[in-house]
Formats: sequence, structure tokens, C-alpha cells
Amino acid sequence: MGKMTIDQFFELLKKYDIETLEGVTIEGDLEIEVEETQVDQSAIAYLYSVVQEIQNFLYHANIAMGHLNNVSNLLGMPNPFAVQVPSMSTPTAEVVPPALPEPEEAIPIPELAKAKFEPLKVEYLGKIQEVVLGATKKDGGTRGEVVVLGGERSLPFYLFDTDQPHLPAVAIDVFDRKPMLAKAVREHYEDVLEDPADWAKKAVKDFGADLITLHLISTDPLLEDTPASEAVKVLEDVLQAVKCPIIVGGSGNKEKDPEVLEKAAEVAEGERIMLASATLDMDWERIAKAAKDHGHVILSWTQMDINNQKTLNRYLLKRAGMDPKDIVMDPTTAALGYGLDYAFTNMERIRISGLRGDTDLAFPISSGTTNAWGAREAWMKDSPIEEDSDWGPRELRGPIWEIVTGLTLSLAGVDLFMMMHPGAVAVLKDFMNTLGGKISGSVADPGDWIFMEG
Amino acid sequence: MKVKSPLEVYKFLPQTNCGECGFDTCMSFAAHIIDRSMKPENCPPLFRDAEKDQKIKKKLEQLIELTSPEIAEVVIGTGDNSVKIGGEDVLHRHEMTYFNPTAFFYDVWDTMGEKELEERCSKVVEFRKFYVGKFLTLDGFAIRCTSNDPETYRSVVKKVASYGKPMILISMNPDCMRSALKEVADYKPLIFAATESNWEEMLKLALEFKVPVTIRAKDLNLLKSLAVTFKSAGVKEIVLDPVTEPLGDGLKGTFERVVNLRRTAIQGEDKDIAFPIMITPISAWLIDGDDVEKAYWETVIGSLFIVKYADIMIFRSLEPYSVIPEVTLRFNIYTDPRTPVQVEPGLREIENPDENSPVFITTNFALTYYTVESDLTSAGISSWLLVLNTEGLGVEVSVAGGQFTAGKVKELIEETKIAERVKHKVLVIPGLAARLQGAIEDETGWTVKVGPMDSGRIKGWLENNWPPE
Repeated sequence: MGKMTIDQFFELLKKYDIETLEGVTIEGDLEIEVEETQVDQSAIAYLYSVVQEIQNFLYHANIAMGHLNNVSNLLGMPNPFAVQVPSMSTPTAEVVPPALPEPEEAIPIPELAKAKFEPLKVEYLGKIQEVVLGATKKDGGTRGEVVVLGGERSLPFYLFDTDQPHLPAVAIDVFDRKPMLAKAVREHYEDVLEDPADWAKKAVKDFGADLITLHLISTDPLLEDTPASEAVKVLEDVLQAVKCPIIVGGSGNKEKDPEVLEKAAEVAEGERIMLASATLDMDWERIAKAAKDHGHVILSWTQMDINNQKTLNRYLLKRAGMDPKDIVMDPTTAALGYGLDYAFTNMERIRISGLRGDTDLAFPISSGTTNAWGAREAWMKDSPIEEDSDWGPRELRGPIWEIVTGLTLSLAGVDLFMMMHPGAVAVLKDFMNTLGGKISGSVADPGDWIFMEG
Repeated sequence: MKVKSPLEVYKFLPQTNCGECGFDTCMSFAAHIIDRSMKPENCPPLFRDAEKDQKIKKKLEQLIELTSPEIAEVVIGTGDNSVKIGGEDVLHRHEMTYFNPTAFFYDVWDTMGEKELEERCSKVVEFRKFYVGKFLTLDGFAIRCTSNDPETYRSVVKKVASYGKPMILISMNPDCMRSALKEVADYKPLIFAATESNWEEMLKLALEFKVPVTIRAKDLNLLKSLAVTFKSAGVKEIVLDPVTEPLGDGLKGTFERVVNLRRTAIQGEDKDIAFPIMITPISAWLIDGDDVEKAYWETVIGSLFIVKYADIMIFRSLEPYSVIPEVTLRFNIYTDPRTPVQVEPGLREIENPDENSPVFITTNFALTYYTVESDLTSAGISSWLLVLNTEGLGVEVSVAGGQFTAGKVKELIEETKIAERVKHKVLVIPGLAARLQGAIEDETGWTVKVGPMDSGRIKGWLENNWPPE
């Protein structure tokens, strides 16, 4: 309830049995007039409870305060709240004698000070690189549109410091073989688990993915050991199936991934995909060369260590000769409750270093937010700990675990989220659009919770 | 804190190295003041002499002033039933640490049915979630006056007070507030809220009953004006409520107000607004939608401001899917990043193991260790638990990063002489370390079995896999 109509106002009066008040007339523009001589104590008391209620309801409606002051003045009472308000549950017309003053020491009440709040302004010298993922026809690709990451000159969503040119994007994970998935996630993909192209389509069309991350996990020598040249056929299918930019991941095998990503770079020539990922303990040079030769972006992945991240980025820049516009970082995401504090602080430090002008760290940040599903709180039916309070339904616990993991890291500076649960994607996007200034409006009166019943 | 180096503190100390504080030297004591594990008052000679000597008293006061936290501390409740909020010194946790975790208060109101009230109160009091060797719990009650009746409010507040938790009293009506304070002021509740329209009455109540007070205004000039007024009138414990708007531009504006308040207080050194900040995620219940949507959005607002500077919050949802993530996030954000969360590597005995009990291995990352240890204990599994020094990293990360290797497992087996304690040579490794199975077998000569991905499932796993064939 925000702006109050005259009808609602009358309703309110009815609620308090106000029509029994004699000598009070209410006019169309919300002026309340009272004939002074006929006002008795109990009637005033009622009116003041109304006044209070109106104050509550009309906090933000511009008409409120002026009129309410008029009410006080008209009633000739300098301090409305000095009148004892009788219980609402016994609305009788009997005169309630004013309470005796408390035998208290008089406390002198000062005037309200007139202070001005002057917010501190913060400006950073550095700027995070802008990295374009995907290429449209005019740039030699076939993507419908591109996604731009980075470009920040302030901490995330600090729009009051400076504008943020691009809000973070969300990629949804697709696998080239059935992965192990939590039940709450799997049920959304049950019909497409066998077909990565359909999977990608569903992720874009139904779940609003800005990008697709295709994980070629079947190339793992411990799994199917699919040859690189064969595995990348799935990449071609996915490029056909959806028009959004694509990220390609290997299996995490340090020996095989460079080969897989090299082949992926070849078949996706011109599409400006992101190769995920290069790490310090694999042949990062080979992956970097593949990215350079075929015009792609590289994901520089380190294990939660700002110094290693700087080292790998420098190698990619200085030794492999990559353009800074072609690098995104993954400093590693740990789930809520499972090292999120490290992940958050590591990313926050990296981002602040970048903003302060460390060009070795001034790259967009990517987060494997799907990791949240590794937390037992996300997928386990009940707590294995006997003394724990009830864990409630896991269908609702899982998505929020992914949301809170992502949300926390969005405040550290993540530009790209790789996620899985469609509900989590929707809520996180809603959150980022809100802080990013893309959602207008608010509730009528943010103070209404104080009075709500039930 | 205005001083950054122990030397600056040392100047104020007796410099006698008397050791009464428990440290060998005054310099060492000074270092503990800087890291905030000690306070100037903990120096016995300084404290004693200050009572006799005006000059020393002045020195002590000066030191207290220099070493007090940037954001004022406010205590709600008394003795064991109290919670301390505020007291922060930094904007980012890596700059030192955050100190007093955001306090979580849960909504009850005075027109609730008696049974419903009791149920909610019990839920709040009884909530516990095991985490890193301890139980996470909730802090207190926010009692709203929806009756607008002083007597009703007084009696409900009295009832809730009997649960022994810190309280926030919520009424815009000074008469209702007075009535409740007469009953429970001794418990030192936080009163909510002084606004532009009722501040004079609320100020009187705060001074008369000596309780902390929340001042509430969306306009930060007004908020600051109220803070200045209250402070100069003698109120020391103030909480700022910049009004939580749950949606759209409103939520964006709330974020801006909160960041500006805290940043201007700490970095801009504006002492007039250097007080704890209140956020009310319960505002999410004003949006349209079903209860799950509201509870989800409430959790979103809560999470945002746990990360960004809220010192105290009022929640409505007591659903596990809201509360468990919030208490976990709060713990994570307020964990001291200066102390690594590791446990001693070595061998642990769980539930009196014998020579036939299984041998498990895990990492020395505190979270992993306590999770495994409590799962085994909780399920009553007599076993040996090897704790590998992975430099405080979890299983997945240390396997990938090379801190969890077959060679290190071999060393640990030798150091702990586990082979002398059991008759078998079977080691159960975490499911997340499955890829090391062959390498550990080669290196140690033990049979390696791959356990479940999550130690919560060890019990079921043992039923099928133990004793080994």
C-alpha cells in the first residue's frame, strides 16, 4: 500500500470506528477539520492512532506529512503522542484519563542538528580490459551477437563511483557425455543429456544463457578417451545449434587438453570462442598459440593464488605474445561453505590490483559457479550430522547454494559465471540487473514490513 | 584504528616489560593491541596508575582513543545473552579481518497466536548447523508491535524475553515502546526506530532506559543529523538503518547508501556516521510472489549485505534453505583470513578403533577434516583417520595442485606407523582423489580402495565394502 486514495482513507477511518466522532469532517483533499469545542479525550486518542497509521502508510506519499501536521495543528495539540492511546481491542467511547506523568528526571531534548552527509568519492586509475567473446558475420564469424566482458573502472556495481559498461554474463554448462549431476539440476536437462546440441539450444532458449560452455570431458583418457579430432565434431554441432558465443573446455587432463583445445581452435576458426583453460602445469604455450593463430580468447586458470595468476598472465602476455584483449582469468571458485572465503578474497584482491593499475591482473574474471553443487548442503537429502537442525527440502537448498556462491563472487568482481541450475541463473541475473540499474521501480513503502501481520 | 604500528602503541606503555599482561615484553603486548587481540585496559600497571595519576589517565584515554575501532561497537543484550555488533576497521577483509559477524535477528510479532509464537521462538533458539568443528546458531528476536497496544506488546515482549536471547523492540509508537522497556530494559534490547517524526520521544526512551537505539532514515543527511543529535544528547550506542528497499532502483539505492555510509566512515573518517548498520531483508516480504520467492529474495538481500557491511539484520524466513546458506556465508566472510584454517597432520583415532578397523585418509584443511571427522563420529564408525598435510587445501584442489600426492601419503603412513596398529593393509581414499589410486598402491604397497565422493556416505559405502575380501 503506497499512495492512499480517499476511499482507502475512509476505509481506514471505518476500521477505527471514526464515524462516531462528532465534529470531525473530512474533505476531499484529505484535510481533516475538527471543531475544537466538541472534541473529547477518547475521540482524540482514536484519531491519533489513525494519524499514526496514516503516517506509516503514507511515509513516501508526498501528500502525507504536510496534512498530518495540519491535523495536529487543527486539533490544537502540539505533541500528538503525549496522549495516551487506549487499547485497540476495546474500542469504547469512555473517557480514558490521561496517564499520570512518570516521576522521571526531565531530559532536555535538543534541536535536531543540521548535518550534511558528504559521501567519499573513490576513483581508480586502472581499467579492466574489455574482452569480446564471439564474432558476428562482419567480423568473420557466424554468431548472432557477441558478449563483451570487463571494462570496469570501479568495484562491481559501484555505479555511484562510475558507470559499468557491461554487466556480468552467464554461461550454461553443456557436456559431451552424461556427467554426474545433482538431482535438482539433472531434472531440468533429462531430455537433452544425450545430445549436446539440443542441450545448448535448451540452455539458450529456455534458460536464458548468454553463452554456452561446452565441456569435452569424453576426451579424458580415464573415460572414453575420445580422440581430439572426433570430440570437436560436437563443437561444430553446437556452433550450428546456437547463435551465442561459445566457450570450450577439455577434460582437465594436463597432457590431453592442449591437443583438444588446439583442434577446437581450428574447427571454430573465426568464431572467437574461449579456450578453457591454460594452466601453469600444462603446455599453456601450445594453447596460447592455438588461440592466437585462430583468433580466439584464452582462459587463464590458476588455483586460488594471486601470484600464480599474475605469473601465468605474464607468461601468456610476454612469452606467448598474446594480446591483452584476448585473456580472461579463472582464479578458481570454491563453493559456499567450502572455501568461498578464499575464492572471494582472492578475486577481490585481483580485481582491486587491476583497478589500481596492475595490468597483469586487469582482466575479466570467470567463475565456475557450478562448483557450488559439490557442497553436500546443495545435494544431500538430510544432514549426516545427527545434532543438526532439519535441512529441509534439497530441491530448494541446492539452487540457492549456487545463487549465493555466484552472488558473493559477483561482489568480488566476476564478469562471467558458468552455471547449471536454471532457477539459479534466473535469480542471479535478476540480482545483477537490479544492482546494475536495469530494473526500475521499488515497493510503495519499504517500511510496511514493520506493521504487517501474518 | 588510527595507529598502524606497535611502535606507536609502545610509546604509551610503561616500557618496563613487567609481564603482568601475560606477554614477555611491552612491544609484544603492543603488537597484540594492533591485531586487536588485546586492549589498552589489559595492561595492569597502566590501568592501575591511571586511577592515581591524572597525567597517566590522560595517556590511557588517548591510547584507547587511538586504538578503538573505526566503527563503534554496540552490545545488545547482557552477559552471556548478548551479541556485539560493529567494531569494524577495514573495508575489505583481506586488509586485516572483519571482527563481529552480522547479527541475525528473527521476526516475531505481538498479534501472533500463542502456539505459533512459541514454535517460532523455539526454532530460533534450537537452530544449529555443524560447521568446521562447531555449531552455527542464530542470535535473537526482533519483536514487532502490530497490535499498537502497549499492554499486549509488553506481555508478548516479556514472553519472548524468557527465551534468553538478545532482542530488538520494534514499534514506532513511543507508548508501546515505553511499556515494553519497563518490562525488559534490564536485558538491554535494541530499540527500533527513531525517525524524523518520533525521534524526540525515542531519544528520551534511549536516555531514560539506557538502551541502544536504531535511527532510521533514507535521506542520509537526515540520518546523519539524527546521529549527531543523539550522540550529543549522550546516546553512545547507535545503530543506523538507512532503510532497506527490497526491489529494483530501491535495492540499488540501498546498496549505494550502505556502501557510502561505511566507506565514508572508515576511509573518509566521518565519525558522525561511524556506527553499525542495520539491514532488514524481511523487507523482501513486501514484494509480490509466493512464500518461496519471497524467502529466496530475502536470502539474496541478506547475502548481499553480509558481504557488504551490514552489522545486524532482521529476517523473517526460518526455512532451512534460507537460514543454512546465510549462517554459512556469514561464517565464511567473517573468518579471519590471517589465520590459516588448518589442523595438525597425523593419525586420529575415531571411536576406539582396533586392528580390524578401516583406515581413511583426508586433508588437513580444517573444513575437510572436521567434516570427515564428524561424519565418522556421528555415524559411530570405529576407524583410523590419517590427516595429510596438504597445506590447508581441500581434497579436490590439493589433488589438482600437487599437495596430495602418493609420495606424501607414503611418508604419512611411515611417520604414523599405522601399519603397526592394524592387521590389514587397506587404505580408503576420498572419492575426489580417485585418480591417485594406482599411484598410491605403487608407492606404498597398500591396497587402495576409493571411498565415496562425500564422507557423509561412508556409512553406506562400508556396508558394501568392509571388511575387504
